Amino acid sequence: MTNPTIFVPKPDREAPAQAKGFLHWLKHHVFNGWFNSALALSLIAIIALTVPQVIQWAFIKATWVGDAANCKTSPDGACWSFIAAKFRVLMVGVYPAAESWRGIVGALVLAILIITTITNHLKGKVLIVAWLLLPVFGYWIIGGGFGLNEVDQSSWGGLMLSVLLALVGIIVSIPLGIVLALGRFSGSPITKSLCIGFIETVRGVPLITILFMSSVMMPLFLPPGFIIDNMLRIQTGMIFFSAAYVAEVVRGGLQALPKGQFEAASSLGISYPKTLYLIVLPQALRHVLPPLIGRCISMFKNTSLVIIVGLLDFLGMIKSASLDSEWLGFETEAYVFGAVVYFSICYSLSRYGAHLEKSDPVLQK
Amino acid sequence: MKTLVSQIKQSFNNISVSGLVGQMFVLGLIFYGSYFLLLTTQENLTARGIDSGFKFLNSEAGLPISDSLIEYSPAKSYGTAFLVGILNTLFVSFIAIIFATILGVIVGVGRTSKNWVISKVSAFFVETLRNIPLLLTLLFIYTVALGTLPRAKTPFNPIEGVFLSRRGLYLPDPIAHDGFGLVVAAFFAAIAIAYFFTKWAKKLQIRTGRALPKTLISLLVIIVLPLLVFFILGKPMSLEYAELKGFNFVGGIVLKPEFSALLLGLILYTAAYIGENVRSGLQSVPAGQIEAARALRVPKSVIIRKVLLPQALRVTIPATTNDYTSLVKNSSLAVAIGYPDMVSIGGTIIGQNGQAIEIIAMWMAVYMTINLIISALMNWLNSRVQIVER
Repeated sequence: MTNPTIFVPKPDREAPAQAKGFLHWLKHHVFNGWFNSALALSLIAIIALTVPQVIQWAFIKATWVGDAANCKTSPDGACWSFIAAKFRVLMVGVYPAAESWRGIVGALVLAILIITTITNHLKGKVLIVAWLLLPVFGYWIIGGGFGLNEVDQSSWGGLMLSVLLALVGIIVSIPLGIVLALGRFSGSPITKSLCIGFIETVRGVPLITILFMSSVMMPLFLPPGFIIDNMLRIQTGMIFFSAAYVAEVVRGGLQALPKGQFEAASSLGISYPKTLYLIVLPQALRHVLPPLIGRCISMFKNTSLVIIVGLLDFLGMIKSASLDSEWLGFETEAYVFGAVVYFSICYSLSRYGAHLEKSDPVLQK
Repeated sequence: MKTLVSQIKQSFNNISVSGLVGQMFVLGLIFYGSYFLLLTTQENLTARGIDSGFKFLNSEAGLPISDSLIEYSPAKSYGTAFLVGILNTLFVSFIAIIFATILGVIVGVGRTSKNWVISKVSAFFVETLRNIPLLLTLLFIYTVALGTLPRAKTPFNPIEGVFLSRRGLYLPDPIAHDGFGLVVAAFFAAIAIAYFFTKWAKKLQIRTGRALPKTLISLLVIIVLPLLVFFILGKPMSLEYAELKGFNFVGGIVLKPEFSALLLGLILYTAAYIGENVRSGLQSVPAGQIEAARALRVPKSVIIRKVLLPQALRVTIPATTNDYTSLVKNSSLAVAIGYPDMVSIGGTIIGQNGQAIEIIAMWMAVYMTINLIISALMNWLNSRVQIVER
């Protein structure tokens, strides 16, 4: 008997020398085609010309300590001591210095809540209740009352005000938006047309008109003697504005649900409210979580508009700090700092949204 | 596909009686609420001595406006002032939409590029602008970027008649002489010729299979014909240059810093969003389609025009409609840097006579009309690129 021939594959050939290494990568990912090469080269040239200058300005020649006179000695560098001197104002505005710790406590609570949420230590009902309690806590820790000294709303400001406006706005507007979205599908023509009318009107106009409405027009609607603070009026305006957009997001989630879910629920004799609460909303909201994060980002960026109606939020403080007569000529530093802060917050949020979308198997198509 | 919508509807219908009672209750609440609001508002208005109604639109405005597309002076009425604002809003939005679209397409295509440098630079552009509030971008451009420009005394003068300084960008003003109307007429005639030529060429291609370079010939006709008429008539146009007189420039066309900053901010911000739409549109086309076309040896330019674009546009256009309407709404940020758009002028009027309700109602009406028009136009465009299903 001869041994049967067994097929033995030859060992894999090595990749050709030109297909490996940095030069190959360069050839295929930077210099692919004459047009791309030319464009890439000019972009590299622009980067090579500007980035070292920016680094020189921002780090190497920058002044980190001292006062305005100190900064004037190095005019080619950034003056970060200006930011350091204005840091408290940028963060909390003209909030009384003796009470500043409350801003820090608020930020800490928020940080703990965020960390426990993204590490999945907080789940289910506890998570929802904790976030829903946050607006109440925020207004209490900043505004006072119930054991804390009251601080007038006109002295709230800085990043603290921006975050408060955005957080309260988005958290309160989510339930409101869900109600509006459900109302849009309602069988009652009155409810339906009211909801559609509200959503489309708000979405059709700029936020500024809503803010003008809350700031200038709302006092005309209120009975005499019944006064709401400007800040609270603007907060209300932002909540309504956000609710209309959240409603559209939630509508997308509701439309994505298969009809069978509802049929199964009604064949089991589950009541309408219970169907919504136990079956429809949990699934719909899971679908819309990433776009809701997108709404949070927009909301936070939108808070910057409140300077137009007279609140001094983070951007307002940046603007007024750059006009300080003691520190004239450092607008660039102020705006760059503002841009970095806004960018870090919004970019982290958007990364988190992308992470949610990727990690949730339901959202994978 | 049937969805939940009809289901929720049905369940409401099942409880029609209680639903009817509920509806009546809601209706009554609304009537009572509006009645109450009307009463308190009237009381408040009389208490503050504020007029109501739109009569103020005919009275003299007395407010100066720096930028106006139509003839305007403070002696004109509030109505005219508001109209100036509407036109300024439309003007800046229109120009911004055009350039934002061009830049957005470049950035979106750049982000999908296989070239590492190009895609990273595009991504940097998009992520930076999307994650910073537009208002901050605007203020940065207005105070910092325009602050680096030279003073009006020593303007940057790259070519004759063009001056760039902190006062704005001054360009030569073309002044039409007799006979320039013929050039304009030639331009429109060229468009008509190009239109009918394209139609005829399409028919020819269907009948005989011969494809003419339609776009190229049309473009040539549209460019060459007006130019030809222009030179035959002996250049019936002259340029008026801006001149530095005393502290300021006289004559010429000017792009004021406020306008330029607003325009630039809107273009950059919206281009970042449009770029994302273009990218998701391009990425939505399955790679297999391109590979199949290449396997059939379809030329690259035809792949782009006939395979890639028609499918990508289906995803890109609806999202871009939203960005266009956002751009118009965002142009209201003009108020923060002092460009006299509708919101800025309306805000001044509210400051003068306190008629907030009327002005806000006018703002809302105008913005919603503009947005409806944009949506209608884009829906028409969208219906042309969607797949026709049986």
